[in-house]
Amino acid sequence: MSDMTTPGAASADRGYVPMVLAEQVSKSFGSHEVLKSISLEVKRGEVMCLVGPSGSGKSTFLRCINHLEVLSAGRLSVDGELIGYRETSGKLYEMAPKEAAKQRRDIGMVFQRFNLFPHMTALQNVMEAPLRVKGLPKAQAERTARDLLARVGLAERADYYPAHLSGGQQQRVAIARALAMEPKLMLFDEPTSALDPELVGEVLDVMKGLAKEGMTMIVVTHEMGFAREVGDSLVFMDGGVVVESGDPELVLSNPQHRRTQAFLSKVL
Amino acid sequence: MSTPNLNGRGAGPASSPADPAAPAASVPIKAIRLRHPWRMVFAIVLIVVFALAIVDAAFRPAYDWPTVAKYLFDRRISQAALVTLELTVYSMVIAIVLGVILAVMRLSPNPVVKSLAWFYLWVFRGTPVYVQLTIWGLISLIYSSIDIGIPFMHPWVSFETNAALSTFALAVIGLSLNEAAYMAEIVRAGLLAVDRGQEEAATALGMSWSQTMTRVILPQSMRVIIPPTGNEVISMLKTTSLVTAVPFSFDLFARSRDISAETFNPIPLLIVASIWYLFFTSILMVGQYFLEKRFARGIGDRQPDKKGGGSNPEPITGVTVVPESEQAPATRSTREPGTGQGGPS
Repeated sequence: MSDMTTPGAASADRGYVPMVLAEQVSKSFGSHEVLKSISLEVKRGEVMCLVGPSGSGKSTFLRCINHLEVLSAGRLSVDGELIGYRETSGKLYEMAPKEAAKQRRDIGMVFQRFNLFPHMTALQNVMEAPLRVKGLPKAQAERTARDLLARVGLAERADYYPAHLSGGQQQRVAIARALAMEPKLMLFDEPTSALDPELVGEVLDVMKGLAKEGMTMIVVTHEMGFAREVGDSLVFMDGGVVVESGDPELVLSNPQHRRTQAFLSKVL
Repeated sequence: MSTPNLNGRGAGPASSPADPAAPAASVPIKAIRLRHPWRMVFAIVLIVVFALAIVDAAFRPAYDWPTVAKYLFDRRISQAALVTLELTVYSMVIAIVLGVILAVMRLSPNPVVKSLAWFYLWVFRGTPVYVQLTIWGLISLIYSSIDIGIPFMHPWVSFETNAALSTFALAVIGLSLNEAAYMAEIVRAGLLAVDRGQEEAATALGMSWSQTMTRVILPQSMRVIIPPTGNEVISMLKTTSLVTAVPFSFDLFARSRDISAETFNPIPLLIVASIWYLFFTSILMVGQYFLEKRFARGIGDRQPDKKGGGSNPEPITGVTVVPESEQAPATRSTREPGTGQGGPS
């Protein structure tokens, strides 16, 4: 992609607040340190792909961004706003669940195993959050939900229950559900890992479309082709640290670090 | 391609069922069926034994069938059956509501609330229901009056326990508070059976804890909760026979015993009571079947809900939801950082 550098250039001349800013983020489960001082930055409109072996902390990092996991150390902010804490005169105050929920509204998340609500139809799944969380009127929520389902190519499947949809269709409904809250940032946690190989393409296509429209995305993925084609940056993580990062094309074709080389030789 | 429609591939390749291009008709298997002679033998033996038992029972004087027939629809018995049903329904309704509250409390992140629920379960599940009913019967000896107001101050309202609570009310209280402890565990099992990802998905959408519970977790747990709850209802119907401990003596079992105390003939009245209990439990089992069907929504093999109609009420194009700035063929260079958020406008 020739216009790969544009987002960076565009955001550089603004007041410059990165969409995601992680400063020395650490996370431990008991004595096990899963993230070790991760620092990185995601610009507005950037598509960042997080790759690495399983257990490297990619998913945990992603879950820290919308406060599904609580940080052990460091600071993390989205769109200039500290996640999970309020800072008043140099002191950090833990957020009430209500405030944390409010922050999450602006951050969409797509899960590896879709996590659609099985007792609701595709349409109801997409409408649920706008109705209950935003308090939109039903007619408006339904119109938006139908539009979103059409965008992901599932207008005809609106009244189906998730159990009657294929994995790829379920994941596309899940993307529509996340988009219904009009997020400024989308997190994808291995969105295609639970799919049959022939269904991966349809989900990646939707994600490509989303990237093309300028959505800021962080994608944990094993799809190197997607990272190369759509990603603006690639971060390779292993053992809870960022081993290497940069332009996907460069990192994938010419990895500098031994661990990156070892990993890529297995997956490419 | 002027519409920046996100979809690449229509409705998805895997949705249409494959047409089975019928291959040449294969020859049906013609084989002699496997015989199960012992099934037949066992069935015959059982039928013979059963028939003998029925004939024997019919002529055995102790059963006294004429008396059974006489009292089966006796007004005192049918009224007592109604009272038993009332005890069951009131106690179960209270127990289910209280059980849901206790289960949610036990799973709550608040440690105070959690230990309160645990304490309740410890007390009410740890003592026999018969003992509990007896204690409720003696409650007026323990607390002679019920005062409502601020502690250590003159109460706003005060009434005599005996006058305020009938033995029927005490029976319902005793049964429901005991049952709530069991219902709490059933509901908790149901809540835990829901995949954790469901809670995460709801949380990630910005739903509050209570919204997540009532909209996402509880409806899904119903499928797991209903079968054991049906069991509990049936169990409760029979447990009502213990209210004699309160002492409350207008239920089915107590009534039939009272009558047999007059007639000096207990066995036919026990049969009468049993027939009524069986009649009610049979009806409850039918009810449970339909409830289970209702809550299998989306999980059982119910067909896709077509009430909205396959065709959409209004034509939908990808264009309607895309911000104006992006209606031009979407190249990344045309996008302003602030507007390029891709959400529906």
